[in-house]
Amino acid sequence: MDYDVIIIGGGVTGCCIARTLSLYDLKICLLEKEADIASGTTKANSGIIHAGYAADRKYVKRKFCIHGNKLFDLAHKELNFPFKRTGTLVVALEERQIKDLVYKRNYGTEDGVPGLEIIIDKNRIKRMEPQLTDKVIAVLHAPSGGIVSPYELTFALAENAHMNGVEFFREHEVIGINKIVAGFEVETKPKKFTSRIVINAAGLFAAEVSRMAGADTFEIYPRRGEYILFDKGLIHLNKVLFPMPTRLSKGILASPTIHGHVFIGPNADNILDIEDISTTTRGLKEIISGGVMLVPNLPLNAAIRNFAGLRAVSNTMDFIIEATEMVGFVNVAGILSPGLTSTFAIAEEVVRILIEDLGEELKEKEKYNPYRPKPEHLSDFTKMKLNQKIKENQAWGRIICRCETIPEAEIVDSIRRPVGATAIDGVKFRCRAGMGRCQGGFCMPRVMEILSRELNIPYDEVTKRGKGSHYLVNKVLCIELTEDSKESEEVAEK
Amino acid sequence: MKSLDVDIAVIGAGSAGLGAAIEAKKQGMDVLILERNDELGGITLQCIHNGFGLKIFKEDLTGPEYIQRFIDEAKELKIPYKLDTMVIEITEDKEIYAVNKKEGLLRIKAKAIILSMGCREKTRGAINIPGFRPAGMYTAGQAQRFVNIEGYIPGKTFVILGSGDIGMIMARRLTWLGCEVKAVVEIKSYVSGLIRNQVQCLEDYNIPLILNHTITKIHGKERVEGVTISSVDQNWDRIVDSDQYIECDSILLSVGLVPENELTTKAGAELSNNGGPIVDDNLETIMDGIFACGNVLQVHDLVDNVSEEAKRAGKNAAIYVKERYGKEQIKKDHIKIIPGINVGYVKPDYVNFSNLENLLHFHLRVKEPDRDVIIVIKEVNKIIYQRVRSFVIPSEMIEVRTKFKPEVISPNCRELKIEVLPVSLLEVLDEVG
Repeated sequence: MDYDVIIIGGGVTGCCIARTLSLYDLKICLLEKEADIASGTTKANSGIIHAGYAADRKYVKRKFCIHGNKLFDLAHKELNFPFKRTGTLVVALEERQIKDLVYKRNYGTEDGVPGLEIIIDKNRIKRMEPQLTDKVIAVLHAPSGGIVSPYELTFALAENAHMNGVEFFREHEVIGINKIVAGFEVETKPKKFTSRIVINAAGLFAAEVSRMAGADTFEIYPRRGEYILFDKGLIHLNKVLFPMPTRLSKGILASPTIHGHVFIGPNADNILDIEDISTTTRGLKEIISGGVMLVPNLPLNAAIRNFAGLRAVSNTMDFIIEATEMVGFVNVAGILSPGLTSTFAIAEEVVRILIEDLGEELKEKEKYNPYRPKPEHLSDFTKMKLNQKIKENQAWGRIICRCETIPEAEIVDSIRRPVGATAIDGVKFRCRAGMGRCQGGFCMPRVMEILSRELNIPYDEVTKRGKGSHYLVNKVLCIELTEDSKESEEVAEK
Repeated sequence: MKSLDVDIAVIGAGSAGLGAAIEAKKQGMDVLILERNDELGGITLQCIHNGFGLKIFKEDLTGPEYIQRFIDEAKELKIPYKLDTMVIEITEDKEIYAVNKKEGLLRIKAKAIILSMGCREKTRGAINIPGFRPAGMYTAGQAQRFVNIEGYIPGKTFVILGSGDIGMIMARRLTWLGCEVKAVVEIKSYVSGLIRNQVQCLEDYNIPLILNHTITKIHGKERVEGVTISSVDQNWDRIVDSDQYIECDSILLSVGLVPENELTTKAGAELSNNGGPIVDDNLETIMDGIFACGNVLQVHDLVDNVSEEAKRAGKNAAIYVKERYGKEQIKKDHIKIIPGINVGYVKPDYVNFSNLENLLHFHLRVKEPDRDVIIVIKEVNKIIYQRVRSFVIPSEMIEVRTKFKPEVISPNCRELKIEVLPVSLLEVLDEVG
């Protein structure tokens, strides 16, 4: 056997399982079909850490969410990802909605959601969130709710897992799983792997992967959510703002991002194509009309990007975290909201399944390091510190991305880090080069140069996000001037 | 931290920065240019097409030829400059913090500062096109850099969204390279760029210009595979059932330019509705001794106009250093210039009362195209300037140069309004006036 555990899928769930299992004496690898981890549902996600009052008790996701929320403080200390407990507000715009707020508060408090409070004093509400509409009647404040950068959390998890021995294979799409004696053979496009245990965290593709292993028990349906991101500095939100949910969805929310932007979205659109992350005119209109209900002052002409993500909805409408009848094959599927909040609780559950259901005797490693150093960012430095850093390494003094002030040193670090960037999007999501208001207009050719140099690949083979996404298709033909032609030119000039 | 003292610091070494620095140096100032790129010249270096210099040098030059004359002059005048140097902060007291690889963090104390950072292209998100986000979407200027500087072609078949000048110029450039430009799609009913580019870059090469249309969907997951375009109504809303699919592997965006003023606002200067800082007729921002010129102030049609504006900024900054720096600032007596009927914006935003008798330069753009118009400047209802034009269009900046005799304007005047009116109103106004 090549491995004790193979994890399929490099989203936040797969990477968190990898990191959690890396505590134990196991040989682990993670297979990701895309050019980078955090490329699917994890990337285009609201990035909200929910307090946990919302989901119905009949779903296991409720318990994972409430417990998962509490696990974020320690994880944040160990892994240094951008995270903040901003608090969330559910906004009632009509008198009759207050009883729904009361119900939510009681329902959450009974299950241990801390600090839930209904606020009716308008002045107090406005102090908490000055941008909130004047039509607000009452809010439910959940102080334990917050925001996180979902992809930076995933990078942190992967980097720490890598530090503790987990191997990562990107652009390794699983195309077949065969049961062999005492384990599985996992076939990917480049090569085959064998392992005693396989954990399926394939997100939108989890049902397909499960079927490959012969554990055909559920379906995954894509539900698309579209978002609009606004430019920094024009509007600031303190809190995550939810409308009163309808029977169909949690509704369009307005939220700050951990990097100081504001976004609105998502809508909820059940679609057929499992890869359709396109945005639509209708969808964008829908989220704008939802967004301005909560925040009338949205700077609609200062949107810098719209994007869409797909939620992986299972036919049970709930998380599916279980050992299957194919002994050693574990499904972690249907992880939609509050999946991000539940991440660490889900990983704990996988450990329990390994021990209790699969009979693994997990032994802790002698040298496990739970700490992942915080990537250094110029924006965190004082002027003196910056001067010092440039003296140590000149690459801190060459600013590549002008909008976000990202120096070459941060771009190089995002490539050289464990499980580092291999394409433009990888750099962008790790260090924010190209994330600002010009969206890479100036810096992209320069980031391509650095990627080409660091990865030792030709300039025109640098991609946006792996195979098929090349930027450049041809070279401009140059006619080299020969000595003769130079002379004749000089003569012509005279 | 290394510290420096200079008379005038110029931020940006494009056509605006070089022009301003040269003039300031000629006025005897100790000047320092800070440039974030690794060479002098700015964006003009990648504009290898011709049409530059007709006004200033009475010659038809390419961009690099044009800017080289300024680079050479700056070098002859021995104006010091720092390349690869990014300004990260400007304080109210005119202290500049900048970084580069060799010197680390620099603190530059200047008596006056000239902002000349240029502009940047608007991007897709700002205009919310639905669809995927594959590789193969570039701003026109980005494609221009790939082709003219890096030597790479970013695609084979193109659709260009927007009819800005760089987009039209790239349509021709790509055609020369053997690429196929399937269409230039413009949401408005007229081109956004210069008429001369419409003729010389599109019509001469049979590149279809599709007006009143926009891209309503982008197809392709990894790389662009095509676009859906649709016709739009007067409100720019998509007309149902007007969709057509165009196959292409690349999309260029040429949907406009915006002045790049992050540093300006951080320093405390306010911007006006065109995205450039508010300035008076000396091109001085509301921050004492901080001047602005070129595309950071307003996006110009021609680089020659940038150079002219830069020269004025350089001269005025030098006068500031000689006459006003370090002295108690007299509260300026300002007249506000208000954009009126069919005026999108006007620069300057203020005129100093004491400068009314000097030659004033107003630059403005109309909101909508029109024929047979009269450009007027009014104090309340009294017309103090008027000029007839046969044709105006937003893409062509209007320049008004005039002096005012003291008796024309009342001493209590606080604002002047500038308007572009249909000429049919002229007689009516004549009767009133």
